Amino acid sequence: MTREMTGGMTGDTRADAYRPRRDRLWFTRSRGYTVFVLRELTSVFVAWSIVFLLMLVDAVLGGSLPEFAALAARPWMIALNVVALAATVFHAVTFLNLAPKATVVRLDGRRVPAWMIQGGNHTAWALVSLLIAYVVLRS
Amino acid sequence: MTDSAETPVIRMEVARYRPGEDAEPVFQAYDVPLMDDWAVLDGLTHIKDRLDGSLSFRWSCRMGVCGSCGMTVNGEARLTCGTFLTEYAPGPVRIEPLKGFPVIRDLVVDIDDFLAKLSSVRPWLVREGEEPPLTAEYAQTPEQLEAYKQYSMCINCLLCYSACPVYVLDPDFLGPAAIALAQRYNLDSRDMDDRFDVLNLEDAVWGCTFVGECTKVCPKHVDPAEAIQRYKVSAALRSVLPWSRR
Amino acid sequence: MTDMIDVLIVGGGGAGLRAAVAVAETDPALKVAVVSKVYPMRSHTVSAEGGAAAVIGLGDTLDEHCYDTISGGDWLCDQDAVEAFVAEAPRELIQLEHWGCPWSRERDGRVAVRPFGGMKKMRTWYAADKTGFHLLHTLFQTTLKYQDIIRYDEWYVTKLVVDDGRVHGVVAVEIRTGRVETIPARTVVLATGGCGRAFPFTTNAAIKTGDGMALAYREGAPLKDMEFVQYHPTGLPFTGILITEAARAEGGWLINKDGYRYLQDYDLGTPTPEPTLRSMELGPRDRLSQAFVHEQRRGRTADTPYGPVVYLDLRHLGEEKIEHRIPFVRELCRSYQNLDPVSDLIPVRPVVHYMMGGVHTDLDGATTVAGLYAAGETACVSINGANRLGSNSLPEILVFGRRAGIAAAEFARSHREAEPAAVHSQGEDERRRLARAREGGGNGGRIADLREEMQHTLEGAAGIYRSGDVLAKAADTLAGLRERAEEARVEDGSTTFNTELINLLELHAMLEVAQTIVACALNRRESRGAHQRTDHTDRDDAAYLAHSLVHRAPDGTPSVGLLPVTITRWAPGERVYGRD
Repeated sequence: MTREMTGGMTGDTRADAYRPRRDRLWFTRSRGYTVFVLRELTSVFVAWSIVFLLMLVDAVLGGSLPEFAALAARPWMIALNVVALAATVFHAVTFLNLAPKATVVRLDGRRVPAWMIQGGNHTAWALVSLLIAYVVLRS
Repeated sequence: MTDSAETPVIRMEVARYRPGEDAEPVFQAYDVPLMDDWAVLDGLTHIKDRLDGSLSFRWSCRMGVCGSCGMTVNGEARLTCGTFLTEYAPGPVRIEPLKGFPVIRDLVVDIDDFLAKLSSVRPWLVREGEEPPLTAEYAQTPEQLEAYKQYSMCINCLLCYSACPVYVLDPDFLGPAAIALAQRYNLDSRDMDDRFDVLNLEDAVWGCTFVGECTKVCPKHVDPAEAIQRYKVSAALRSVLPWSRR
Repeated sequence: MTDMIDVLIVGGGGAGLRAAVAVAETDPALKVAVVSKVYPMRSHTVSAEGGAAAVIGLGDTLDEHCYDTISGGDWLCDQDAVEAFVAEAPRELIQLEHWGCPWSRERDGRVAVRPFGGMKKMRTWYAADKTGFHLLHTLFQTTLKYQDIIRYDEWYVTKLVVDDGRVHGVVAVEIRTGRVETIPARTVVLATGGCGRAFPFTTNAAIKTGDGMALAYREGAPLKDMEFVQYHPTGLPFTGILITEAARAEGGWLINKDGYRYLQDYDLGTPTPEPTLRSMELGPRDRLSQAFVHEQRRGRTADTPYGPVVYLDLRHLGEEKIEHRIPFVRELCRSYQNLDPVSDLIPVRPVVHYMMGGVHTDLDGATTVAGLYAAGETACVSINGANRLGSNSLPEILVFGRRAGIAAAEFARSHREAEPAAVHSQGEDERRRLARAREGGGNGGRIADLREEMQHTLEGAAGIYRSGDVLAKAADTLAGLRERAEEARVEDGSTTFNTELINLLELHAMLEVAQTIVACALNRRESRGAHQRTDHTDRDDAAYLAHSLVHRAPDGTPSVGLLPVTITRWAPGERVYGRD
């Protein structure tokens, strides 16, 4: 179906329409936007955590564990990692909470409520964390 | 409705844009009676009928189903027929056109872009083979109906586009309602298409960064954000598992 | 001037879109256009709630649907039209299903049906309580498949171009730019809906201003049965928002201020806890609205700032049933009336809902002007007679929208001559008239004041009960209003999206239609269906088993005559509800 495009005679007001300028501070305009942008920023800390983990692996394989431990024990590094932990947890929790949006599960024709999917995710997360903790800490 | 002396008033600051006269929108203030059962839209029709006949805005059913009267009320995308004025007492309350669209005049925005996008997702039942005779319906169980029903409730009011920062920054983004309506047909047991060619694109589902505002402002609980994320999963699966195509 | 259109449809609601698809499907070579003053999905079809009637089996027969419709219409329906309508309604609803309409379903996957007012069998298909919404969006989205259908969105048709008894196109203004354009067309299908906005309390959307009726009437096509105005018994008092009949079909009760189911006092049957078909709350709309007036006179209605009300009681249905079967009722009550029907009574009053009358057409939607067709509420075929049954209007727009589309396509194929010179000159005249209306602007009253005066005049004279002397006075008032409306003040001189100018043109259309309503009501000195005269209280088949046919005289005044009703198999009888 085509919309009749205006043309000819009197010209077109399409050119007269007001188009607002791009708003560079859009993320400050509502709380929802700000929270969204903050959450996006937590990805940086997730990335840092991965880099830190790779450094650890490299240190173990390369035999430079004491140097790495010294670096990790510096106050600013501890501070950075505390912030990174908080940000990563926030990212993980919100990620798991959003999962029901992407996966709609139906049992018996009824939609499984969001809290059950979220609860399942968090439980699975906790179990995996416990398992890792057990493997790492048993020695 | 009479404005007797004791009726309180509320100030409505209404964005005016008259092409040829205004270079950009300006606010004009009107005092209207603050009645308990008046919606923001009733305030606007009061202005048009009693105070200033030159104010332009769209409205029709005033029962939240035609989708005409979406505007920005105190910064938030709302259906003005379903928003009580008293919510903003004692005022003032600011009425602006929906954000993210070119403004034609006052509170009227250009929505042709959406209509073109809607057409592009094939929002109709796609069938293969011959059309059966008009003597019997296709069977569809209540559960199969439930699977897409929510996405069929979209009234095209475009509050979701207005609230979506992705759309406001990149007008090529296919946007929440069009994708939700594509999903309305994808998930319909009678439909035989998956609209992969129009949805699995950078400017379609992958443009969505999941801000989630579309779902928050939707007056009909369509949850377009969910529709989009679900399609991302379907599209990803289809890309890695070629046989998962329906 | 644009290229010649074969079928130009005015109005993008259910009837108009159905006509457009019918043309596109029957002959893809024809050029079809839809001109609508709003985007099609904003059309008022979107507000229909309860359902669409069509015989689907289950011990139901076509004859029973015919009989319910004809008796519901107090024997003023043309029975050949009713038979065609009833026969074609099922295939139309199935067609909508094949296009994707989300009809509510039975467990086994068949389409579900519910009871409805005045219907003896369960035959009302529904999509929860947003049937019109789903129907319109399904239709609109389906039309998008037909890339060749030309759409003029937000164009307002101000005049039909008619020369020598034949239509040649329309003059329309593009609301966005103010540009006035003559669109030549071989045929025109009017599908602009009704005229509820001529009344103060109405379920109708702001756009329902009788445009199509006025367009046809001004060019010499007569209107038919205009005195029959349907009051829906359950509207919300301030907004006029409709609470669907489905609420009563699912078991809701109408009670007065004392909690008494008062319909039992008005020959509508005896109360039962469960709904009984064609009885009590499931009686026809005219009788229920009339019962309200009697309750009011007996002092048994409750008072509100917006006038007297009775109550719709849904509390005994329980939250689950309300949420499942009539969720929109709950949504509307919560958002617009600040109450919850699960725990509260809903205040309701009769509100203007539907025009049984309209442009006089035959079974194919053809009017007396060659090439001009009408369908839906704009038209009067007539299948609704003196009172329309709930859930007949949605199938009506489909059945007769399609018929009009096919007939117009046929006419366009067989009439290929070039347009006459009159098209250009009439277009130029109209352009000048519109420019004057906008730029000149009168110094008379405000549009809103004139509109309100018209609305209250109509409600006072042509409401649920009418009388000769009040109607005569109203006719004078309306004539005066018409003159004053010519001088109405227009404050907006802009060409861009000038809604005030459109409001003025709509007011002119409504006044034109209002005059025909009063003239027809004055002429019919009997009581039948929705037309109740306090000075002529009985039905008079000897004199008035006939349609009112109203022409516009050269001086602009309405002139009313009668046209016999077509009776095929159902001789006029008594309308019986609630007793066998």
